[in-house]
Amino acid sequence: MAIENRHIGRPVPRKEGREKVTGSARYVDDFTFPGMIHGVTVRSPMPRGRIREIRFAKNIPWHEFTIVSAKDIPGKNCVALLIEDQPCLADKFVNHREEPVILLAHPDKYLLEEARRAVQIDVEPSPAVFSIEDSLSKKQIIWGEDNIFKTYEVEKGEVDRAWAAADFIVEGEYATGAQEQLYIEPQGMIAQANPKNGVTVWGSLQCPYYVHKALARLFDLPKEKVRVVQTETGGGFGGKEEYPSMIAGHAALLAWKSGKAVKLIYDRAEDMAATTKRHPSRTRHRTGVTREGMLVAMEIDFTLDGGAYETLSPVVLSRGTIHAAGPYSCPNVRIRSRVVATNAPPHGAFRGFGAPQSVFALERHLDKVAATAGLSPDEFRRKNFIRAGETLAVGQVVQEKVQMEKLLDRALELSGYHQKRARFEKENPRSPIKRGIGFASFLHGAGFTGSGEEYLASEALVAATREGKVQVLAGSTEMGQGTNTVFAQIAADTLGLDLDQIEILRPDTSLVPNSGPTVASRTTMIVGKLVENAASAVKNSLVESGFLKSSFTPSDFGEACARYIDKFGPLQSLAKYQHPSHLHWDDNKYQGDAYGAYGWAVYVAEVAVDPRTAEVRVEDFVAVQEAGKVINPVLAAGQIEGGVAQGVGFALYENIVWQEGRMANGQMTNYIMPTSMDVPPIRVYFEEIPYERGPAGAKGIGELPLDGTAPAIANAIAHATGTDIREIPMTPEKLMDLLEGAHE
Amino acid sequence: MNESPRKVRVQCEINGKAYTLEAYPMTRLLDALREHAGLTGTKEGCGEGECGACSIEMDGALVNSCLIPLAQVEGAQIRTIEGVANAAQLSFVQQAFLANGGAQCGICTPGMILAAVNLLSRNPEPSESEIREGLAGNLCRCTGYTKIFASVVDACRLARQ
Amino acid sequence: MKSYIPHYRLETPRSLGEALQRLASEPGVWKPFAGGTDLMVLLEAGKLPQRRFLNVWNLPELRGIIATRTHVSLGALTTYSEIRRNAIVEQEFPLLSRAASETGSVATQNRGTIGGNIANASPAADTPPALLVYDAELELISAHGTRRVAFHGFWRGYKQLDLRNDELIARVHLPRGRQNWRQFYRKVGTRRAQAISKVCFAGAAQMDARRIADLRISLGSVAPVVLRATATENILRGLTPTPALVHAAQEALGREIAPIDDIRSTARYRLRVAQNLLAEFCESLAA
Repeated sequence: MAIENRHIGRPVPRKEGREKVTGSARYVDDFTFPGMIHGVTVRSPMPRGRIREIRFAKNIPWHEFTIVSAKDIPGKNCVALLIEDQPCLADKFVNHREEPVILLAHPDKYLLEEARRAVQIDVEPSPAVFSIEDSLSKKQIIWGEDNIFKTYEVEKGEVDRAWAAADFIVEGEYATGAQEQLYIEPQGMIAQANPKNGVTVWGSLQCPYYVHKALARLFDLPKEKVRVVQTETGGGFGGKEEYPSMIAGHAALLAWKSGKAVKLIYDRAEDMAATTKRHPSRTRHRTGVTREGMLVAMEIDFTLDGGAYETLSPVVLSRGTIHAAGPYSCPNVRIRSRVVATNAPPHGAFRGFGAPQSVFALERHLDKVAATAGLSPDEFRRKNFIRAGETLAVGQVVQEKVQMEKLLDRALELSGYHQKRARFEKENPRSPIKRGIGFASFLHGAGFTGSGEEYLASEALVAATREGKVQVLAGSTEMGQGTNTVFAQIAADTLGLDLDQIEILRPDTSLVPNSGPTVASRTTMIVGKLVENAASAVKNSLVESGFLKSSFTPSDFGEACARYIDKFGPLQSLAKYQHPSHLHWDDNKYQGDAYGAYGWAVYVAEVAVDPRTAEVRVEDFVAVQEAGKVINPVLAAGQIEGGVAQGVGFALYENIVWQEGRMANGQMTNYIMPTSMDVPPIRVYFEEIPYERGPAGAKGIGELPLDGTAPAIANAIAHATGTDIREIPMTPEKLMDLLEGAHE
Repeated sequence: MNESPRKVRVQCEINGKAYTLEAYPMTRLLDALREHAGLTGTKEGCGEGECGACSIEMDGALVNSCLIPLAQVEGAQIRTIEGVANAAQLSFVQQAFLANGGAQCGICTPGMILAAVNLLSRNPEPSESEIREGLAGNLCRCTGYTKIFASVVDACRLARQ
Repeated sequence: MKSYIPHYRLETPRSLGEALQRLASEPGVWKPFAGGTDLMVLLEAGKLPQRRFLNVWNLPELRGIIATRTHVSLGALTTYSEIRRNAIVEQEFPLLSRAASETGSVATQNRGTIGGNIANASPAADTPPALLVYDAELELISAHGTRRVAFHGFWRGYKQLDLRNDELIARVHLPRGRQNWRQFYRKVGTRRAQAISKVCFAGAAQMDARRIADLRISLGSVAPVVLRATATENILRGLTPTPALVHAAQEALGREIAPIDDIRSTARYRLRVAQNLLAEFCESLAA
């Protein structure tokens, strides 16, 4: 049946917007439960070593406190995720600074802080590892047998034989730093827990069923005895993907032991010191091209620093690996990758999830390859863009109607690229300020990789009430990106209803099905499609039962619902993910259809560099992407703009100063994210080529902007200054060194 | 705990209503608002005056409530996000944030709206650079600020009409 | 909140006289508390050792900007916002106006005070370089009377002040008559707002055609205190800037400052930027 888009494609206001602009939206710290007490975490003062003794100073009335250590854990002492190597509370041995060891709870928040300071964790230090190089050298083995969490090898064609066909071989090494998600709402949880009723937590989180799984394992409880409720979540960006399982466990352990509701909220300093960051990376490229500028061989070596425990590192590595060769057609590609252990707090999910690291390296490197081949950056890419029917590095034959050249044309046109490039090159020699313009072209796979979606087997439920209200029940969380609104638009248009007839239920594992985690640009495309299917089934039930004609008013719909429910009982439909039968993935060879669909994009950055201070200012930014179908243009543009701003930080400002595995600049004063004075005008444009398996044709877009922003800026700096930018964040300190090197 | 703690009683007006707040003199106004007055719309993002999530108006001036000790609040007139809308009628700034995508996750929004309201009270027709400067103390990680600038511009338009 | 809040006292004297009396009768016990933009941050971080504070925020004698024939005087409690809004300051002391507008954000500018900026004695403070360039004097007040000292030298070392513990900073006096000096200010702090400076440069010069008749140069964040670069000034004073002279001045500046590596920047970067900004200042004089 034809669906009329009355809401899809329109900038309908955010579903929960009114609560947010009036301050009535309730985040975890806004809740107070009767008899609730507060919890804190006492953490390791050392990066690695054996816990000799834990001392409790005498100035604190300890009998008033609930004190939890590893021995109080009813189930397995782990934060269950992929494997179970990370303890919920360190017992006997610590593997990173800030590792949780002891938990305390008390009604008085102020006294609780005094008590936290009065617990001394005495650690006999063991040698620790703080860099990718030191981990790879294996002088100290700190994890497993070889410090390596995971490796991948991707092979396409015959790389070793291909070099002979290359006229030029270009090598380069690139690095990216850790990046803090810096959601403005710090992490926190409230828990109620006892043997009779089980464990319930409320909190700021992206993935209710991840937390659910971790709590069931930690307390050794059956699934139905664990309940996870998402409170309004003040930003996530990946930072609230895995770490909330840790905090939920801690709050629940304190609640279990004290018999009281326990609120455990991190302050900013603790959040920055203890929670996950984007994986630092090192990438080596060796690329063969012909005189004509055709790629003949790419050899890519990609390494991530995973921190002290495995957490999600293998999955981050996977995405980084698959994206490492970009949207280009090259007959011979080898990608070898690994993620290694260091004694830093575990690195984790952050928007882009490994891809921003490898895309930065590739897009910087290709500008150099182009120059070596005597081509401009755009001419070179034009020759090598992948087209429909061609094969990506992992062997996926691209089925989408890819239009990279069109995106490039549009981005260069909108940014005035060619005129500016020429003008800057003419003016720079005489100008005190050096200007440059650069771009990056890239793709980002939406949804889980390979067989991931099949394994997740996500579900979403749509139910109608007797009054004709429709509820959407999904485990997908709203954290600012627009889940509630997009689901409401999809459900409303599928059913032919008004938006206010749609209610999106707050994710609560006792009510909503498991829709998989809210990550990987999968919510709109994968779960949104389930919502569309379920809503469509509800409508079909009404039509097939004869209660609803094909054209109807909202009141007809309500009447039909009432009659259906009176006759047949509940009116609802549970949609389950069906993996497209044409998508095949081989996990052993790491080959096949990595993603059902990709977002495709070209981003252009214009910068001004002041050589006196080596400060870089991004003066203009154009982001052109193909996203299937834009469900809500305001929300979609908001995703891109926000992601570009994070990318500006990733490229220029956001530098974590590490001292012995500890973040030394863990304050918002000293970890520099962009303010309103620092972001360029961000001009966002969409192309739409509907994806038949996305709701109304939509694909995922949330992570795209993190991939292309930093390399576009880096290429622009290189253009402005003639320096070889191989590392981000390109702080003024580093750029000053490069500029001085350039003059020597 | 060698020195006996002494609480103070502070009289002030919040969103046009008289309050007596009893807490320690160095209690942050932020905590007094959230925990004593029950006004949880004001948020804590950093506790060090950097992020602006706790922005409120005190005697007409925009301040970070995490940096104001309660003892300095005696006699003050305070406006929080709960006092920006007039009964059920959203202010122009709130309407504009809603219509233009100025709020995403919403955690910076109360402070951002107070900063915008305060800016427009001083300068009803700000230029883009004045908007950028007026909001520079309010960090937003979601929007890249672009839709926030558009919201403020739109609020000016609504106010003109 | 890392501090134990019940430990802290903050009392509000009813008058300046009472405040001075408390400072005099219990020397060293009480510390003044004005806008709180520095002290509350330390409190949050659990790094505020002093526990008793006198709330001076509402003392009217310490407020207001007054212009006399020879001076403009700012009460110690003058906020950055008040400095920014003041037309005389903007006209005659643009570096101070600039410094105030580049400090923090609107909310911190509404609470941060010039007296607090001086008393906090951060080497990265934004207004002191301007105050040094303008030959500011401080009026200090106690129960025993007032004294007036040059701001240059008031900071004796890192967080060391020429201020008795029974004294308050009452006013900052700026001598007038520098309108015709060429003035230059640049704060380098990674981002454009909410930044702590990595290098802050303030300079002013009285030009006689192309010759520098007289000048002042001051820098923040390159030494334990905000520094007046007198040796560098002496190289340039009385001469016409040439590339060789500027180079000599840059060398002198390199010897005069003592930048360090810290979490915000590196000594090498600070040195180079300080020298480059000196060159930019000299270029601006030729323009």
